[in-house]
Amino acid sequence: MTTTAPAASLTSRSEPSRRRLSAARGPRQRTLLPHLFLAILVIYFLVPLWWLFVASTKNVQGLFSGAHGALWFDSRFNLGSNLHQLVTYNDGIYLRWIGNSLLYALTGGLGATVLAVLAGYGFAKFRFAGRRVMLALLLGSVMVPLTALVIPTFVLFSNLNLTDTIWAVILPSLLNPFGVYLMQVYTADAVPDELLDAARVDGAGEIMTFLRVAFPLLRPAVVTVLLLSVVGTWNNYFLPLAMLANTKLFPITVGLGLWQGQASANNGGGTSLWGLIITGSLVSVIPLVIAFLSLQKYWQGGLSLGALK
Amino acid sequence: MAHATAVDVASSTSTIGTRPDRGRRGLNERRRSRTGLLFVLPFAVVFLAFLIAPLLYAFYLSLYSKGLATGVVFAGLSNYTTAFTDPSFLKGVWFVVRFALVLIPVQMIVSLALALVLDGLTTRFSRFARLMIFLPYAIPAVIGALMWGFLYSPTFGPMQQIADVFGAQAPFLLDPDHVFGGLMNVVTWQWAGYYMIIIFAALRGIDASVYEAARIDGASSLQIALRVKVPMISSALLLILVFALIGTLQFFTEPQALRLVSNGTITPDFTPNIYAFSQAFAYANFNYASAISFSLGIVVFIAVYVFLFLTRKRGSIA
Repeated sequence: MTTTAPAASLTSRSEPSRRRLSAARGPRQRTLLPHLFLAILVIYFLVPLWWLFVASTKNVQGLFSGAHGALWFDSRFNLGSNLHQLVTYNDGIYLRWIGNSLLYALTGGLGATVLAVLAGYGFAKFRFAGRRVMLALLLGSVMVPLTALVIPTFVLFSNLNLTDTIWAVILPSLLNPFGVYLMQVYTADAVPDELLDAARVDGAGEIMTFLRVAFPLLRPAVVTVLLLSVVGTWNNYFLPLAMLANTKLFPITVGLGLWQGQASANNGGGTSLWGLIITGSLVSVIPLVIAFLSLQKYWQGGLSLGALK
Repeated sequence: MAHATAVDVASSTSTIGTRPDRGRRGLNERRRSRTGLLFVLPFAVVFLAFLIAPLLYAFYLSLYSKGLATGVVFAGLSNYTTAFTDPSFLKGVWFVVRFALVLIPVQMIVSLALALVLDGLTTRFSRFARLMIFLPYAIPAVIGALMWGFLYSPTFGPMQQIADVFGAQAPFLLDPDHVFGGLMNVVTWQWAGYYMIIIFAALRGIDASVYEAARIDGASSLQIALRVKVPMISSALLLILVFALIGTLQFFTEPQALRLVSNGTITPDFTPNIYAFSQAFAYANFNYASAISFSLGIVVFIAVYVFLFLTRKRGSIA
């Protein structure tokens, strides 16, 4: 866990020689088998999403007995009316859930990132009493399963009358020990002490030094930690499920789970809900898919940061 | 602790080696250390409030028990003796341990194979494939589980329809005989792409001249992959293993989301976390639920710690 060799080789990799090498690998038929392997796996990874898209264009009847099976469109294209039903059902509760998810993910994720960047910088660039104990605690806490904290946090919050409020979801989401660890590793590597000292000699205060000198160098790691925290909060299920009773405060994950419970509780009577769940699932995955596709140049390198130490 | 910082300060000043302005330096040093603490402070508060406090509180709660007649009484460790002899809890622990033992190797092999194949290709399709295989990571686990629940469904899923073509009966992947594989498929689908990206990035970090040296020595592509690439990315593999271990032992979201469509296969004591959840929220038995949560936390922590210790030892010998 403490080899630093990969970190050094990452910075010293030589792109040209790598390209020359793969070109030398040469003949076309050599790459046929790997491509076939990839194609099969791409199909496996995409089939559920394809099914989700196709299913959300069907009406309830088509869902159960579509003309062309489950993996192809029915004769009627119903996406528009499904979407209309989705946003109007139960006074548009679905839009509220999406809004809640956005609120929790952005405040929780942004807050966790700010804390992680500050703490990572503090740990990496300063020596202070208790630093080693705190770092050891931090590393240990990465190994604590966070779901084990949900039930005691619930009881703590209920003593403070904080359960069933947005704070019950946002405040625990601010905790991201792994993010702090990532920032600490990255800062120690990417920000030279000499640069900070030079800024200080020039009379910049500590906050200025951090904002103007250190922060710009940390950008790739910041984006990665932000993305990981936002995704973590957006995807969280256990915490809001335990904390919230008021359906108007639900994030989308818990909301769709609620619908699914209602739909399977009255088999037959609840059939229209299945359509809503499917269309609702499709709409809910779109924001993160777009975020990942558009930010790929940031996270592709960043996700491996933790593996460097 | 004071000793450790003294060493720190000594080592950082000894590199400068300028004795005369030692006094000014000490002052700077002290002010600087206060600044460092201030940077760490906001996180430290959150850490204390939402990690240390709940852990201690869980332990405190777990030492009490609440009866209808007796009220809240101190129970010592009796919740723990109950838990570790409770067949429901032990069944759940056994399930997640078995699940981890099968799932993690499968996941690692799939993601490693994908990363190695992708590392050897530079075509447009391979870039597209990399992105598509990663995509499930962007989908919330609940939604992923619901989706697979639909795909498994005998009434409108495609599995039965495909089986119909061959006049066969598709297995229902959430019945007691198949639920293990059914859940494994959901989790692998969700996480293999994420692990693949971590491994892939680590592979990109290797200096290509290493491969050329191996090739000159007459190594085949397969030999290079297994003998050169895999050992060089062992720290990335270790990171993934630890993530997967922590994630699997606290298995909750997927089985919880599929509970209602599993026709009773996924019981309220299916995994330790689901058991703790139902003890807390279905039976309002927070003391016992805390004991289970705390036991789970300790077990995972010790398991990961021991694992890291063992691999570190072996790594230093090799």
